[in-house]
Amino acid sequence: MNTAKMLKKMSRSLWAFHINAGSCNACDIEILATLTPRYDAERFGIKLVGTPRHADILLVTGTLTEKIRENVLRVYHQVPDPKLVVVVGGCGSTKGVFQESYAMAGPVDTCIPVDVYIPGCPPRPEAIIYGVVKAWLKIESLEKDNAAAS
Amino acid sequence: MSKSTSTFPLSIGPTHPAFKEPVKFSFEVDGEKIVRTDMDFGYTHRGIEHVARERNFIQVIYLLERICGICSVSHPMAYCLAVENAAGIEVPPRAKYVRTIIGELERLHSHLLWTGVAAHEIGFDTLFLHTWDIREKVMDCLELLTGNRVNYAMLTIGGVRRDIAPEHYGILEETLDYYRELYNRTREILLEDLTVQMRCRDIGVLTYEDAVALCAVGPTARASGLPKDVRIDYPCNAYPDIEWLRPASPRDIGKEPRGDVFDRMIVRVLEMKQSVEIVGFCLDNMPDGEIVVESKAIKLINQLKKVKGDGLGRYEAPRGEVAHFDILDEREGPAQIKVKAPTYSNAAAWAVMFNGAEIADIPIIAASIDPCIACADRMTVIKNGCGGLSFTAEELHRLSVEKQKRIKATCGNS
Repeated sequence: MNTAKMLKKMSRSLWAFHINAGSCNACDIEILATLTPRYDAERFGIKLVGTPRHADILLVTGTLTEKIRENVLRVYHQVPDPKLVVVVGGCGSTKGVFQESYAMAGPVDTCIPVDVYIPGCPPRPEAIIYGVVKAWLKIESLEKDNAAAS
Repeated sequence: MSKSTSTFPLSIGPTHPAFKEPVKFSFEVDGEKIVRTDMDFGYTHRGIEHVARERNFIQVIYLLERICGICSVSHPMAYCLAVENAAGIEVPPRAKYVRTIIGELERLHSHLLWTGVAAHEIGFDTLFLHTWDIREKVMDCLELLTGNRVNYAMLTIGGVRRDIAPEHYGILEETLDYYRELYNRTREILLEDLTVQMRCRDIGVLTYEDAVALCAVGPTARASGLPKDVRIDYPCNAYPDIEWLRPASPRDIGKEPRGDVFDRMIVRVLEMKQSVEIVGFCLDNMPDGEIVVESKAIKLINQLKKVKGDGLGRYEAPRGEVAHFDILDEREGPAQIKVKAPTYSNAAAWAVMFNGAEIADIPIIAASIDPCIACADRMTVIKNGCGGLSFTAEELHRLSVEKQKRIKATCGNS
């Protein structure tokens, strides 16, 4: 898919699919808290969906364990192009506190390409919203580059 | 027609929107009815017990906090109790009260969280948003006291790291009043609403006998009429001082326990009230004095380095009993730690609850024990012949004794 076509498809509400890649629940509940009335991410059009086929963004939480690696890869391929991957939490970004563990397949970016990292253990709901906004900004900068090139 | 042709396999997970965590269920279904259940765990196994052996006593606290992001006080609490037990450290009274307050606030937020998830699983999203909205108040309170919404880093061996400042009392009292006011309304929605009753009554039944046989713990056991609560049976922290504390039971509101999903909801609603009252009690009776035996980490580690022995720590997490067994062997960190999480005990009860249930009830039954797969992903063996391993109690005991001997032998050599 060429960039212009991709950008056209992305200029709408971003729907997210959340996959737990061996997380401790902390990031997961903060993602859910982001959607609840206090933070209310749905007013920006950010919404959690039940299937990767409907998603624009893949939110990955957790350290990526050996056993879940294959599933993460499968879910990534199920998300239709164009897609963005946002890693929520320190574990997925750097393996975090579990450095020496034998059960780790490594940070998430060793398995799938990542666009935005949200650090924190766990990141606050505000940080998660900020991370998704960053993903949006990434699209905008691509848009500018694309306009300049053409 | 023979039975084998009338049933077919149904596999759910490991990544499925009905479950918040990766767990794989393989059901054998006859039409809409489930006849057999098998489970596959281990997707979030992070080798924490192994990593803990490479760290020192203080580092392990923050590692264990990350076993589970919801009960992030319970695991370090059990660990600290175990190390204190092994080293014979007496925690100052004020620290005990602060620990109890943080633990009970965590229970309150965890039960509110569960109620929301359960409401979402039965398709009652308004209730989900309502409970998560009122949950933010206790999260604010925890953030005020500890500096973080989750993973509080509040505990240390021999006490707590932060005191409750005089200006916090008013805010805590205000939060408690907020929940006391809301309690009746929330109870009415949860326990008297017909929608909730229709989806939860007589669903996922765990009888008293099964609860005893399968060693269910926490609200799951209490909903089956089993009065089992570590806070009362083996009291630690400030719990010995609270004389009125009793295991919550559906009998408290005049209902005979049936062990179904609705009873589990009743127990959790009652426990929310209990938690509020316990925090109130602790604030009223807060003793003065030190909050930690030794605040310098290096000094504490050097002190623990001289200890040889083992200790057991038991604590009632929001989901049930969490037990840590630590072996200290004159090292900078624990020689071995063993974690027993509540979901590990309750997972076996799933097989019974799912028996005869309908496919549509899978999400709410799975959610009803308040599973925390991240806690439980140590090792689970399910005995039902679906290609899995099975052990008898005697075999497990033999294996356990052998492992204990092996560990002791390696400790002796090093």
